[in-house]
Amino acid sequence: MKNIGLAIFIILLLVGCENNKSFKNSIDKAQISESDIEYFQNLVGDTVLFTVDQSGLRPDAISILNAQANWLKEKKFLPITIEGHADEQGTREYNLALGARRATAVREFLLAKGIEQDRISIVTYGKERPLRVCSNEECWSKNRRAVTVVGKKIVE
Amino acid sequence: MVNHIVLNFLKIISFTSILFINSSFVAAQKNDAPQLDMTVNRGVIKPISLAVPSFIEESGANSIISRELAKVISNNLDSTGLFKSIPQSAYVSMPLSFNTPVQFSDWSIINADVLVMGSVGLKPDGRLEVKFRLWDVSQQKEIGKGKQYFTNSESWRRISHKISDTIYTRVTGEGAYFDSRVVFVSETGPKDNRTKRLAIMDQDGANFRLLKHPPSLVIAPRFSPTTNKIIFTGYETGKPKVYLMDLSSEDITSLPELKGMSFAPRFSADGSQIVLSMTENGNTDIFINTLSTGVKRRLTTNNAIDTAPSFSPDGKSIVFESDRGGGQQLYIISTQGGDAKRISFGEGRYATPVWSPRGDLIAFTKIKEGKFHIGVMRVDGTKERLLTTSFLDEGPAWAPNGRVLMFFRETPGKAGAPSIYSIDISGRNLRKIKTSSFASDPNWSPILN
Repeated sequence: MKNIGLAIFIILLLVGCENNKSFKNSIDKAQISESDIEYFQNLVGDTVLFTVDQSGLRPDAISILNAQANWLKEKKFLPITIEGHADEQGTREYNLALGARRATAVREFLLAKGIEQDRISIVTYGKERPLRVCSNEECWSKNRRAVTVVGKKIVE
Repeated sequence: MVNHIVLNFLKIISFTSILFINSSFVAAQKNDAPQLDMTVNRGVIKPISLAVPSFIEESGANSIISRELAKVISNNLDSTGLFKSIPQSAYVSMPLSFNTPVQFSDWSIINADVLVMGSVGLKPDGRLEVKFRLWDVSQQKEIGKGKQYFTNSESWRRISHKISDTIYTRVTGEGAYFDSRVVFVSETGPKDNRTKRLAIMDQDGANFRLLKHPPSLVIAPRFSPTTNKIIFTGYETGKPKVYLMDLSSEDITSLPELKGMSFAPRFSADGSQIVLSMTENGNTDIFINTLSTGVKRRLTTNNAIDTAPSFSPDGKSIVFESDRGGGQQLYIISTQGGDAKRISFGEGRYATPVWSPRGDLIAFTKIKEGKFHIGVMRVDGTKERLLTTSFLDEGPAWAPNGRVLMFFRETPGKAGAPSIYSIDISGRNLRKIKTSSFASDPNWSPILN
C-alpha cells in the first residue's frame, strides 16, 4: 500500500513539475493551441497574487480567475489542484494555514463560477516552495500566490 | 546555592558591577557542602574554571577513548558558558591512578575550581568500565559521590554525556540535558527547490544521521516523551499530514482519523495524546487526538487561524497562536475546552509558543518591524524577554532542563539557508550547532533512558 501511495505521489510530483515550467514571454503564441495546458498556464494565467498576510482576492486576481473559470468549463475532464503559498516573512505553521486560506479563496471563487467541486483539490505549501528567492518585496510579492495546477488531483 | 546564582545572574548584574557570592555546591552531603566563589564582573560572568584530564587508562583501555571522554565532557560543559576548561597543556601534573590522593596544589596553581578525575578500563567480557570523581579544588573536598558505569564500547559518548550531566547538575543545581538528542530537518539543494529530510543527532551535533524516509517535503519533527517515537508533518499524499515514526524501526504510520490537511503536532507530556492543527474548508483549528483510541476532539471553533499548539507539562492546558484578534498572538486554553485567554500583548506578532518542560515559561517567535526574535515570557504573559534578533529566527525548542533553547536562524537572499542555534534563557551564550547540511525545525528530546 505504501509503495502504491508513493508511486502515485511521485507521479503527481512529476506532473506538478511539468506544469510549473515557466514559459513566460518566450512562447510563440501561434504554436500553442487554446486547449493546451501551456495555454492555461501562460496565456490564461495559472497564478494569482495576494497582499501581505491577506487571502482576499484582489481585482487583478479576480480577472485572472474569471478567465481560469471560462477555460476550465471547456475542459470538464481535467481535475485541478490549487496550491496556496506564502512568502518567507511568517512562521512555518502560520504560513501553512495562510496558504490554505488562499487556496480556499480561489476554490470558493471557481465553485461560484460553476466549476465542479469534485474536480478541485487544494493543498498548502506555506513558505516551503518559493518561486523567487530574493529577500525583498519584489520576490515576496510573487511568492504570495495561489497556483491552479491543471491535470493534478490529490487522492487521499 | 550555585543554582540560585545561575538563575539570578542577570537580575544581580544589572544593579552591581562586582559581586562575590558565597555559594555552595548542590551535593549529596548537605552539611559539609563545599563553598565556591563565583565572580560576576560588569555583566561578564566569570565561568567556573574546570580541569578534565584525560581519563586514566586501566587494564586494556584504548587511549583514544580515554582522551575523547575528557574532551566530550569539556566541550559539553564549556558549551554552557558557565564553565571554562583549562587546556591540558597548562596542567602541571597528570593523575596517574584513580585512587591515589589528589595533589590539590597542582590544580590550585593553575586556578582550577573544579577537577574531574576519571578512569576507563576494558573488562574481559568486552564492556567498558568508566569511573569518575568530582573535586572542589579550593575546599579540597569531593563534590558528591563517585560514579561507575559499565557499557559496550560504542556507547562511550553517552557515558561522557551522563558524566557531564552529573557535573553540571552538582555544580549548578540545574537539571541535566547533555544526554539527549535533537531531531530536525536536514535541508539540501537550492532555496526554491529544497530537499528536506528528517534527521537526528546528539545535542552536541555528534552522530548526525538521516532517518529512513522518502525524500518528500517534511516539516517539524517532535519527540515523544519516551524518545522512541517522533511525530511530524509530511507530504506523502501530496497534502500536509501528520505521521508517527517509530525510531527503532523507522517505520511510519498515519493517523486515519485525520482528514484534510493536518500539521503542527506535539505530544502531551505523558505521551498518550497529541495536539495539532487541522484545516477544514480553509479554516485551521486545534484538535486533541488520543493515540490509543484514535478519537479526535476539537478544541477551538473559530474563523481565525489557530495553530502551533503546545501542551503544558501537567497536561491541563494548551498554549497556541491565533490571529482571532487581528494579528498573531498567544493564547492559553484548557484541554477541556472553554474560552481561550490571550497572554501576549506587546507590539508585533507572536508565534510558535512552546511550554517549558519546567512549566514556568513559554518560549515563542516574535515578528516585529520586519525582524524575527526568539523570546520567553511567564505563563501569565508577564516578564517578556527577547533573547535574539535577526532576519529570521524561528521555532524555539526547550532543552530537557528548561534552561536552554534551540531554534533555527535563516539568512536572507538567494543563498539564504537555515542553521540551528542554541541560547541560554538568560540571553547569553548564543551558539551555532555544527551540522553537515543546512538544518531547521530542531526539537530536543527528553533525557535518554
